[in-house]
Amino acid sequence: MATEDDFRSAYFDECAELVEELETGLTALDEGDRDRDVIDAVFRAVHSIKGGAGMFALDDLVRFAHSFETTLDMVRDGALTLDKGNIRLFLQAADMLSALVDATRDGEELPLAQAGIISASLEALATGGVDGPPSTGHPTGNDDEVGDFFDAPPDPADTGEGEGFGFFGDPQPSSADAVPAAEVAVSGDGRGSDDDAGWGLFLDETSPVQTAASAPPAGGESRRRPARGAAGNQSIRVDLDKIDSLVNQVGELVITQAVLKQQATDLPVERFAGLIQGLEDLALQTRELQESVMAVRAQPVKSVFSRMPRLVRELAQALGKEARLVLSGEATEVDKTVIEELADPLTHMIRNSMDHGLETPAERCAAGKPAAGTIHLGAEQRSGRILITVSDDGRGINRERVLEKARAGGIVAGDAVPSNEDIDQMIFAPGFSTAAAVSDVSGRGVGMDVVKRKIQDLGGRISISSMPGQGTRFTLMLPLTLAVLDGMIVRVGQERYIIPISAIVESLRPRAGDIHVLPGGATVMQMRGTCLPLVFLCHRFGIADARTDPGEALVIVVETEDGGATGVVVDDLIGQQQVVIKSLETNYRRVDGVAGATILGNGLVALILDVDALKELSDNGACTGRSSLLLESSEVH
Amino acid sequence: MSDAAQLTRSGGGEVPSARSHGGPDRQFISFRVAGQEYGVDIMSVREIKGWSETTMLPHSPHYMRGVLNLRGAIVPVFDLRARFGGGGTETSKTHVVIIVAVEGRTIGMLVDAVSDILTACGDDIRPVPDTGDGAEHDFIKGLFSVGERMVALLDVARLFDIECVDAATGQPAR
Repeated sequence: MATEDDFRSAYFDECAELVEELETGLTALDEGDRDRDVIDAVFRAVHSIKGGAGMFALDDLVRFAHSFETTLDMVRDGALTLDKGNIRLFLQAADMLSALVDATRDGEELPLAQAGIISASLEALATGGVDGPPSTGHPTGNDDEVGDFFDAPPDPADTGEGEGFGFFGDPQPSSADAVPAAEVAVSGDGRGSDDDAGWGLFLDETSPVQTAASAPPAGGESRRRPARGAAGNQSIRVDLDKIDSLVNQVGELVITQAVLKQQATDLPVERFAGLIQGLEDLALQTRELQESVMAVRAQPVKSVFSRMPRLVRELAQALGKEARLVLSGEATEVDKTVIEELADPLTHMIRNSMDHGLETPAERCAAGKPAAGTIHLGAEQRSGRILITVSDDGRGINRERVLEKARAGGIVAGDAVPSNEDIDQMIFAPGFSTAAAVSDVSGRGVGMDVVKRKIQDLGGRISISSMPGQGTRFTLMLPLTLAVLDGMIVRVGQERYIIPISAIVESLRPRAGDIHVLPGGATVMQMRGTCLPLVFLCHRFGIADARTDPGEALVIVVETEDGGATGVVVDDLIGQQQVVIKSLETNYRRVDGVAGATILGNGLVALILDVDALKELSDNGACTGRSSLLLESSEVH
Repeated sequence: MSDAAQLTRSGGGEVPSARSHGGPDRQFISFRVAGQEYGVDIMSVREIKGWSETTMLPHSPHYMRGVLNLRGAIVPVFDLRARFGGGGTETSKTHVVIIVAVEGRTIGMLVDAVSDILTACGDDIRPVPDTGDGAEHDFIKGLFSVGERMVALLDVARLFDIECVDAATGQPAR
């Protein structure tokens, strides 16, 4: 039964999509696209938001959307020409519209004062456009020609983009130049990529992607929104709970299938050939079914990427920098939960690049770089995982500064000479920051360590590479879904446990001489000059008949969230397997040291270890070579 | 609901009843633990299955036997004998796990054997007398006599209240 609340929430869901569409369209316009379809899409998005708002009597929203719509309508009619200034106003209006929608949804106070200013500008633009040449000062003649162009019957074949761009392309360079530097946030005026191509260390590699996915299209087609395609793009709205229950049921099916398969291994092939063949088919079909069901939950990363241009625009303005955000691989699909969890770390990384990575226009010019910096945000699928890169062409990591800070903070010993890579990794240490001053943008002590932890929580990894003067690149490797996990099955006594592969660094059989028991009972292991705390699972979990002599057992080195490492002592490695994650809390409660459970091929439950919690259980103040990381965090970002 | 109906049919045996007074009829599944007979509201029972190996959970109270896989759900199993102060049950194939739904959770109770389905109306259930020895019995919501036998009706929600479990082990609740 649908209540008004349901309708309301459906409306706001739709608004989120519309705002995204609006944003995409305006960004395309900003990059020089003047396709009629794009302009129509922008108009439609605003119109739909207004229409829905009217239904729910959200008068402030309606009023603002109306003035926006009116102005856009004039663009549609050709009465108002698009130039950098207008588009920037539209982008601001879109941001405001989005803010109004959010505030309305959350029942917060609407930023009506700012909205009023923007809507007044919109109205001024609209009246200016009718009465004469717009305030931006284009020759009237140009406007008229444009008007004619759009007034012509919309014959697709006739909408020769080349010609269209000819009209609109002209005024751009001059007006872009006239705009104050800090405001040309996301500029895509065609010249950028050419200039950039020569020197960007990382961009060199990615430039083909760039051109394909997001350069202003000469032929408009590559930019055309898939959603605007003709038929064949039908979709329905489905409650997420229904999909989740589907995912669960398939998960159960996968387990049942694994159980059957295991039991069939003992059957004599000659007598049960048909049955065995059938089970093999079942295995294949189950896997396909699981993939299809997971694909239902998958969404293009676009939904989170599309929030970033706005962020870059705002930051550019706040920091007095010029930046251009290049997106690639927005169509890459990932599980919805991963996407949701990705927004914060990505925002943080973009902030970081804008604040620490990119130089001011003056510094860039002095270094012989174009005044506008480029941040590239890309996604691609790679062997069952998603690879996300955030790279900038800024100043790179200042290794001397980092090392200085690290020494001051006690992260490295005063006389140690870490490699460049090691220095780069230090920015992930908790509380670490080289920002000289605390700025509004970044530097509140929640630094890259938080990003790293978040990524690890998602079962992913983050790495960094940097070249002084050339730029920095962060690479994120994430699983495509949170419902399954790559695990290593280990044996301790008769029990089997799963350790997430993402946490495992290596496994080794220590020599007896490497193991030391400290006063107080803690056991540590020496490994390549460092000293790892050891966690005996058998002691920790009270398991009988396990190997307790570390010389006979196996040590699995796992990385914990503070960047430290711990050795987990187990009897044996059984093998690697993709497991379906189940919660213990559904029917019981959280158990320390256990992240969840799964069901093995034999139908028994196996616990998935929470390596971070294990470390905490073991952490009794003994030799923890890295615990100094936590102390004395240097001057907060 | 259908589970319950099925159980009634398959329960077999004579269904003792004492519907002489008013009040709604209620049905209980009765089972034996360490020689004593207990009952749980049939509406909370989801399933009865034979004992199978469970996976041990670390840091659990002694009466927590671990978790088992119930068609993909991870279900904790509690040993009632141990819960009532006896030693841990020496499990065999004849032991039974009663799967019950309690406040949105599904849990298993390890018992010696299931005996009957009982029907009672409100008046047949008597309160637990105050024994005065401070013995823990607030998880028994009433006593019900069937001929010579006395059945203690369990308040499963109280018995496996998560707070209680945590208090028993001295572990912080969640």
